[in-house]
Amino acid sequence: MTTTAVTTAPPEDRSRRLLERVSRARELGIVAAILIVFAVTTVKNHAFANGASIQQLLAGASLIALLGAGETMVIVTRNVDLSVGSVLGLSAYVTGDLFVHHPHAPIYLAYALGIGVGALIGAINGAITTLLHVPSLVVTLAALYIIRGIDAVYANGKQIDPTSIPASFQKIGSADFHNIPYLAVLVFVIIAIVAYAMRSFRSSRDLYAIGSSPEAAALAGIPAGKRVFTAFLISGALAGLGGVLFIAEFATVASTGGAGYELQVVAAVVVGGVAIFGGSGTVVGAALGALLLNTINQALVAAKVSAFWNQAIAGALLLAAIAFDRYVALRVARALRTGGGAQDGD
Amino acid sequence: MTDSPQAPLLVLDHATKSFGAVKALEDGSIELFGGEAHALLGENGAGKSTLVKILAGVHQADSGRVLLDGNEVTFSGPGASQTAGISIIYQEPTLFPDLTVAENIFIGRQPLSGGRRINRSRMNDDAARMFERLGVVIDPRRPARGLSVADQQMVEIAKALSFHARIFVMDEPTAALSSTEVARLFDVVRTLREQGAAVLFISHRLEEVFAICQRVTVMRDGRFVRTDAIDDLTVDDIIRSMVGRDLSALYPKTETAPGEIALKVERLTREGVFTDVSFDVRVGEIVALAGLVGAGRSEVARAIFGIDGYDAGTVQVGGRRLRRGSPGAAMEAGVGFVPEDRRQQGLVMELGIDHNVALASLRRLSHLGLIRRSAERALTRDWAVRLQLKYGRLANPAWTLSGGNQQKVVLAKWLSRQPKVLIVDEPTRGIDVGTKAEVHRLLDELVSQGVAILMISSELPEVLGMADRVLVLREGRLVAELPRAEADEQSVMRAATGQLAVGAP
Repeated sequence: MTTTAVTTAPPEDRSRRLLERVSRARELGIVAAILIVFAVTTVKNHAFANGASIQQLLAGASLIALLGAGETMVIVTRNVDLSVGSVLGLSAYVTGDLFVHHPHAPIYLAYALGIGVGALIGAINGAITTLLHVPSLVVTLAALYIIRGIDAVYANGKQIDPTSIPASFQKIGSADFHNIPYLAVLVFVIIAIVAYAMRSFRSSRDLYAIGSSPEAAALAGIPAGKRVFTAFLISGALAGLGGVLFIAEFATVASTGGAGYELQVVAAVVVGGVAIFGGSGTVVGAALGALLLNTINQALVAAKVSAFWNQAIAGALLLAAIAFDRYVALRVARALRTGGGAQDGD
Repeated sequence: MTDSPQAPLLVLDHATKSFGAVKALEDGSIELFGGEAHALLGENGAGKSTLVKILAGVHQADSGRVLLDGNEVTFSGPGASQTAGISIIYQEPTLFPDLTVAENIFIGRQPLSGGRRINRSRMNDDAARMFERLGVVIDPRRPARGLSVADQQMVEIAKALSFHARIFVMDEPTAALSSTEVARLFDVVRTLREQGAAVLFISHRLEEVFAICQRVTVMRDGRFVRTDAIDDLTVDDIIRSMVGRDLSALYPKTETAPGEIALKVERLTREGVFTDVSFDVRVGEIVALAGLVGAGRSEVARAIFGIDGYDAGTVQVGGRRLRRGSPGAAMEAGVGFVPEDRRQQGLVMELGIDHNVALASLRRLSHLGLIRRSAERALTRDWAVRLQLKYGRLANPAWTLSGGNQQKVVLAKWLSRQPKVLIVDEPTRGIDVGTKAEVHRLLDELVSQGVAILMISSELPEVLGMADRVLVLREGRLVAELPRAEADEQSVMRAATGQLAVGAP
């Protein structure tokens, strides 16, 4: 049988290398963009490169990056979770309220409560999406408003009083080690774990498969419902954790805490190279996207650009990222086709 | 190899399958032997696909038995059939474009190392070994996106091997392949045979069947007709078995003297789809475009109407050349197009019947840019009477109508524009017999009123009953032009399957 057909020579090696280069270049490109923004701003305003400023950069991006990890898992399956900002807000308020009523509550209880609230909402989102086959855009948009409403009723116009949050609990959110915030270290560790898991486990590869081709996933017997449910559960839990860290960082929160985060998260994820229609992208990319958006934000502040421009520039960046993504995807598809050495049938 | 002394690997015995009132399979029977490639032949709609889907576990037979190694089995779903060692290679495989080739093969079953982590290097090595066994070169680490159809099939076959499949069902695998790719596929089929597997090979190309298969089963109208060793058969035997049915349906056909040329297509070419297609349709004439599914019939029609572009050639209507790629220009010139898929392309299912009928005549029905509802309704009411449309209210959405009445709405949409040339693609597909006859009568009437009709149909009786001339396309080329008197089932099938092109233009 070794005598049978050897028809196509392998120019495929070349196209694969090209693809690898491009996909790695995607993450390297974001790193480069961060460095450029950083350097340019520093030239204009030397204070931008000092320790406190860097600390602010990292701390500011941490929560978005954390939520981005969960969001990536959801978007990779061709879904979206718009409830993460509301979940973060509710979790933050509930956690803060715990300390208001029980000043000596153990810290682990605060984490369990916040993560639990998030996981519960994630589970509900996931269940409605997968069991009732409602588009997740609708489900989580509804959740965004409902949770915000619950939060408002629960808070009843009050704010968490910073003095009721124990200092030992605040440490994780506000202390730092040589200008590296503990918060950033914790988020870094979590993202590293999620990133490793997304590469290395069968169930997480299923997430990519589901987003890449739902039909093929069904044919391959992948339990899509279960996997998508789990993605929502984790996204909710991470948003819940985000709420705990939010109250630890700021020590106060009103019922509007975390409002608008969902869009920042989706923006960061997309800028970070996660395909909005599923199938590809990494949590590392999403985290870098969060860092880039935050760096630009801070740079505009440092350069004394009006805050009104911030959002417009973030929006423009988002468009540019998506356009670039399409362009790269088309180029890669062409390279792979010609590299494949055969005609394409339709 | 043709006399198989051993017991069959897989037997399908008198399987039946109905969908509602439609009997898709009345007697599906086949025996597959290890080390043999077995061809399954039949016209479009003979029941081959249903048979394949029963083997795949996608459908469950209503009655009849499946025997695997002599033991009766039932496949509750695709997974069960796969576990039993049956693998289906579809014409266009569904892969995960974003995952690597190796992951596509092993998704859900990736080799693991400690801690249930995926062992990528072993996965890639395993995949490479599968390809080696098949004798093809595909890099397991590249993403599946951009693989040619032929390579995608190879990935599917490698996947089947990794499942230890012994029975390979290939459903028209060669339809989208180039000749070198077909040769490579055949090498792989031979390799599989040598390794003891049974291959069920479905193809419309008889020369391929003779090249690769040892045994042939012919089906017709959902029934088993015959199984024979290939050496005992001639092309004529096979074609006769495939088409040998009587023309039971009656077709109204008024003799008309063809007038001047209404539609002239010259050397129309779209790379990789159809090549050098030339013909004309005269006033008062129905010309049928026949051929097998995938021969390029609909594609030619779409190019004429301007939905798709073309690379070379011209289309003329009434002596004037049509701008390419512009349905608007085609409509302006008096061309109407009733597409193959009325649900997706012919109708807006959620819109009312009246809106659908008026859709192609909006300019005529509007005044100062505003559509006049009353004119819309009047137009629709008029055509509803003329076509004997059965409906509840004119404002009801199109999906409330039966298939036949939906088709009448599509026809009304175009007829209300008084077209000079009407292109109809599968005008009676999925329509009950009574309405079918009405549509045929309507087409006949139109022709006698001076419309030129280009009809595409997969139903041979319809082609033969309605057409003044039959053009046969095969693999994107016009291979035969048969006047009504010379067209019969055998001559058309012969041309469509590539046996003895008669009177090529």
